[in-house]
Amino acid sequence: MTDAVASLAEAAPRGLSRGRWALIFVAFAVLVTLLQYAGLLPAALHRLPENVIPPFAIWLDAIFNFVKDDLGLLTLTRTLTEGLQWVLDVTANLLFGKRRWPNIGPIPWTAIAAVTGVIGYSLGGWRMALLGAGTFTWTALIGQWDIAMQTMSVLVVAAPLAFMIGLSLGIAAWKYAWVNTAIKPILSVLQTLPFFTYLLPAVIFFKVGPTAGAVATTIYAIPPMILMTTLGLQKVSPEVVEAGHMSGCTRLQLLRHVYIPSARTEILVGVNQVIMLCLAMVVLTAFIGMPGLGAKLLAMMGSFKLGRSFEIGVTIVLIAVMLDRMSKAWVVKQPEHFPRGTPWWRKHIMSLLAVAAFVFFCIVAQFFELASEIGRRQSLSMGKEIDTLIKDFLAVEWVKATTGFLRAFLNVKVLIPFRNFLLSIPTFALILLIVAFALRLGGHRQATYAAIFFSLVALSGWWDRAVITLYSVISAVTLAMLIGLPIGILAARSEKWSRRVLLACDTAQTFPSFVYLIPAIMLFGITDIAVIFSILIFAMVPLIRYTIEGLRTVPAEMTEAADMSGATRLQKLWKVQLPLALPTMAVGFNQAIMFAFFMVIIAAFIGTQDLGQELQRTLAGTDLGKNFVLGICVALMALTFDLTILKWASDQKKLLGLDR
Amino acid sequence: MIDPTPVISARNVWKLFGPNPKAYLAGLPEGHSYDTIREDGYIAGVKDVSIEVGRGEMLVIMGLSGSGKSTLVRCFSRLHDITGGFIEVEGQDIMSLSEKELIELRRNKMGMVFQSFGLLPHRTVLQNVAFPLEMRGQDRHERRERALEVVKLVGLEGREEYFPRELSGGQQQRVGIARSLAIEPDIWFLDEPFSALDPLIRREMQDEFLRLQEMLGKTIVFITHDFDEALRLADRIAIMKDGAVEQCDTPDRIVLNPATEYVRKFTEDIDKARVVHAGVLARADVSGEGDPVMASASVHDLAKLLIEDRRAEIPVAGNGQILGALNRQEALNILVGSG
Repeated sequence: MTDAVASLAEAAPRGLSRGRWALIFVAFAVLVTLLQYAGLLPAALHRLPENVIPPFAIWLDAIFNFVKDDLGLLTLTRTLTEGLQWVLDVTANLLFGKRRWPNIGPIPWTAIAAVTGVIGYSLGGWRMALLGAGTFTWTALIGQWDIAMQTMSVLVVAAPLAFMIGLSLGIAAWKYAWVNTAIKPILSVLQTLPFFTYLLPAVIFFKVGPTAGAVATTIYAIPPMILMTTLGLQKVSPEVVEAGHMSGCTRLQLLRHVYIPSARTEILVGVNQVIMLCLAMVVLTAFIGMPGLGAKLLAMMGSFKLGRSFEIGVTIVLIAVMLDRMSKAWVVKQPEHFPRGTPWWRKHIMSLLAVAAFVFFCIVAQFFELASEIGRRQSLSMGKEIDTLIKDFLAVEWVKATTGFLRAFLNVKVLIPFRNFLLSIPTFALILLIVAFALRLGGHRQATYAAIFFSLVALSGWWDRAVITLYSVISAVTLAMLIGLPIGILAARSEKWSRRVLLACDTAQTFPSFVYLIPAIMLFGITDIAVIFSILIFAMVPLIRYTIEGLRTVPAEMTEAADMSGATRLQKLWKVQLPLALPTMAVGFNQAIMFAFFMVIIAAFIGTQDLGQELQRTLAGTDLGKNFVLGICVALMALTFDLTILKWASDQKKLLGLDR
Repeated sequence: MIDPTPVISARNVWKLFGPNPKAYLAGLPEGHSYDTIREDGYIAGVKDVSIEVGRGEMLVIMGLSGSGKSTLVRCFSRLHDITGGFIEVEGQDIMSLSEKELIELRRNKMGMVFQSFGLLPHRTVLQNVAFPLEMRGQDRHERRERALEVVKLVGLEGREEYFPRELSGGQQQRVGIARSLAIEPDIWFLDEPFSALDPLIRREMQDEFLRLQEMLGKTIVFITHDFDEALRLADRIAIMKDGAVEQCDTPDRIVLNPATEYVRKFTEDIDKARVVHAGVLARADVSGEGDPVMASASVHDLAKLLIEDRRAEIPVAGNGQILGALNRQEALNILVGSG
């Protein structure tokens, strides 16, 4: 506590001057903007003139070409591709019968569903069994078996690969401090880099199709595995390690028998995240022509077949929920002992059952065509019917009135004027405003980063597009706060509702981001509002979640003290709970912004004029330099917010003494 | 019973924690106190300790938390590398051992029990106990046999297939003890093995421990912060404060002649009559007359005799011969608590 007081006393005078500096920056920015409105500002000060913008893209291209051709990286990666290609062919043959070695596939859907059911049962009882078997049965019945298996065939290769690489790097980062220092900044950039930036290099270095998809997916899923591994290894109790030393372990034995098993929980949480990120990314690889659920969804949404899109969305969501629940059940599952003298077959009953079910259904499939494959004719897809249903619903008078009003009011009165306002601010003034923000909330370091990062964005020559990206993010997050915070505050009032809403948020977070486009397009068609709406619902999830968590974790004695001081409910909320929950809520706010930056790029698919749109265009060609410049622009903007808000949250936690 | 040749011998051992301990120690003037060292940004975990442990002896290291007792025992087993001084184990300077030799030493000669057990959560009782054997590469059948034997020894028969989290605290520590005994170590380190247990279980485990020691007769370094426990178990007690040993002696002598104020405070509330034995009170220059008392009897055991007997000097016998005689008044003073 004394520490906190001391740092408070120390921070107070600096905080004052920091605030004053921020104010001066804002005032100056306003002045410059007013000058611009009055027509007194020279054009060169409004936007950077074309001729001072360095050709980053061309330089980068030159570097890439050098690495790619002259250093022979391309040859190397293409060689690596051969191996990966071979593994992918095997899984493709097994899962959906691609004509490659070993030429025994496809495995009948009934066999896969049954085995998944058995795995589900052993992990989490009947409910999990039903979820596992049910998901695959639905997929088969709805006639999406083949595309789902195309997706799975990449997933089952990418996830283990990401796991192994992540684990090894995690161990290295834990063992050697220099690896850790080297990896950390790369990880934080990777986590804010838009996914399109992962895709193009993958295409160039690893050919179009499943191989590039698998590579991009793997790379995308590695960072959390590294972090969780390092965290888990650091948390192993020192006594357990000493017990290992005293048992005479060599270094390798210590790692294999003591450290890794003791870090089991964190490593498995990492596995869960790897699986979920892989699924999210593998769906997005549709943008580089990877066939599968994502590609089908993209095609269906493109041709506005909402019924079929909806069905595919359900399949993706079911698979996501199934994978998430099962891997989480695995995290919690602890080994049970068997009573002495248990026969061998009883100890391995689950594995035996799985094998038996597999063999049984493989044989059944030989005799009944339906148990092996469900063709287009027999499938129960209701795409057309759902289409009409949606159209009828949208045509209902009040629905039409509501969406129409939202479109007219929000778009014309709020969003477009806001966008035009942002665009009208001179580059220099906008950077100043952001620096002031970073200075006020974060500190000198954050302000410096903000200045450097945004100046780089300005120098990249994509300023207007960057501002439009920023506009989408800011408007969507603001709207998400207007809706999400009240929901969170209301839900936090009762234990029961907190639990329910948190469960809903948890589930929603497992959905691959792509799925969020479906309701947006359904309700608002291909419009600006749909873009904002899809970002909004995606960003609302962490906002609600952290609001509830922040409010629920306010120490009981503080709320009791407020009660005993005779505070009304509203006073208690405003004076006690919210101030104490604010640091946690800020973390949620930060995540909402990161999510928004992620989604705004995907929303390019609907049609935007921002960086995402340009990024998506680069995918068609081999414009690696431009792709990187655009990607880095997005990452730099996201990083600025990330650094500033997280710094503020941790400072605030320290001040309130909540960090211990 | 106690072989005087030392198994562990420590001379002027230092363990400093801080940015550059070796260089700091080299420039450290004599007689710097714990607090001055701390002001310089270093923590003296072990401060100039010299101590010896004889074969078959049970040395109890006693001190409050932060006094450096756990650090000292970790220096003996080289879980910590010491900053200065020498530690010899069985005549070998352990700081000169290579990693391979150190592993060999631990695999064959040392066992250690930890305060919060340090069990591997993913292994069954049997697998935990067999772990050190597995590490040194014994074959599966042999290590199973041995592990079953030790599990039986600590009274966990029938729980071999349980996982640690399915056991109570006392049972978990039995597993820890069994594991440390699996390789038949010569030297046995116990770092506050019973501190995490309930008082009743603690008592039971102490009895169990004494029973084991009776059978096995190992050289033991036992750490505790509980003076009663120390008195119950120890051949000799070393009392530590701020990384240094304040006094190292038999329980009787510590109770009778505390070397420092700090030690005296510890002994204040102790029922000395139960600790002090006739043997210590016996003075060789006096002979006394009549029937002798046994040297191993505590003053408390002799209470009735001391009050009823009229002799001023009572002879004391041990190992079948007269060692001398004790002064009855002196013993009575201890009995009524004014000694």
